[in-house]
Amino acid sequence: MRRSMLFIPGNTPNLLMNGDVLGADSLILDLEDAVSPAEKDSARILVRSVLKKLRYKGCEIIIRINPVETDYWTRDLDEIIPLKPNMIMPPKVSCAQDVKTVSEYIGKLEEACGFEKNTVKLIPLIETAMGVENAFQIASADERVTALFLGGEDLTADLRCKRTKEGNEIFYARTRLVCAARACGIDVYDTPFTDVNDLEGLYADARFAKALGFSGKASISPSHVEGINEVFSPTQADIDYAHDVMETIRIAKEQGKGVVSLHGKMIDAPIVERARQVIEMEKAMFGEVEDDE
Amino acid sequence: MRIKTGAVAGTLESSDVYVKVEPSDKLEIEIESVVFNQYADQIRETIQQVLDQLDVQAGRISVNDKGAIDCVIQARVETAIKRAGGEN
Repeated sequence: MRRSMLFIPGNTPNLLMNGDVLGADSLILDLEDAVSPAEKDSARILVRSVLKKLRYKGCEIIIRINPVETDYWTRDLDEIIPLKPNMIMPPKVSCAQDVKTVSEYIGKLEEACGFEKNTVKLIPLIETAMGVENAFQIASADERVTALFLGGEDLTADLRCKRTKEGNEIFYARTRLVCAARACGIDVYDTPFTDVNDLEGLYADARFAKALGFSGKASISPSHVEGINEVFSPTQADIDYAHDVMETIRIAKEQGKGVVSLHGKMIDAPIVERARQVIEMEKAMFGEVEDDE
Repeated sequence: MRIKTGAVAGTLESSDVYVKVEPSDKLEIEIESVVFNQYADQIRETIQQVLDQLDVQAGRISVNDKGAIDCVIQARVETAIKRAGGEN
């Protein structure tokens, strides 16, 4: 389950130490924008050292490396891959070749470490106009790609427009990424809401992202994690309805019925699929639940 | 690894440690810490482990610890030594 993803600057010990108590499903340890060029070496060694020592219980670990057009990204991976992070986030991914380049390099390191092939997954960060237009090719470029991530700040700079709270300027990119990711059967994550003090705005932005089809949302502030988790979690009513759907389907199968309805509404395949997804989320949130099937 | 020049790493922020490395004929370790009375020996041991791993035989290592855990001290000492050795 990945609802909230929290960025942690890679050169900040007090945040790195406490990452797993901040409530996020995933931590993105950042070696890119949050680290100045003069401190890239320091952050890389610190993140490696912290990953070796700390366990980050209940948190998925994602490392945002530096872009492929820099001299840093291979050194980032050299240090980090031996620690077997869950995912690598390459930033400014603009085409399928960017993904293949990173994946090939990770593959060599995995082999050298004796890891199974494709152990470390990829979540490309799409934050350029070219990347948005190539979203499907990026999503389907490599087996490691398990999700797409939209970066709204760099994207609006590339689009030469102002980033606003309303987000009209990234609406096309949001829907394009959701469509590309879903077409490839992978997850998709929304850009952070950057006004740390505007919780009302955060809720509105997260609800809108969820309504568009995003799987979850990133945050640059621990104070946004709870709101994101709340928005991207099923409600108790959703969970109850999902169980009702599965129970109705089970009874219909026993009775040999082809068409069934619940509360006067026909239950078709998409409704069953949505119910299954809600129950999967319930399991991830609360542990195993009794199967209705 | 030989310490060829002076170098620093880390910060004086809480939970971090500021490490200064300088060339010297012998190996010297100086520790200043907010938890000196409780952890000075452990900090020294942690620094020595990094020096052994990087095969540092001589140099002056000064640390100003603001409550960093072992893995942070290791990382900052390693960074400072590699910078001083011209590796980064």
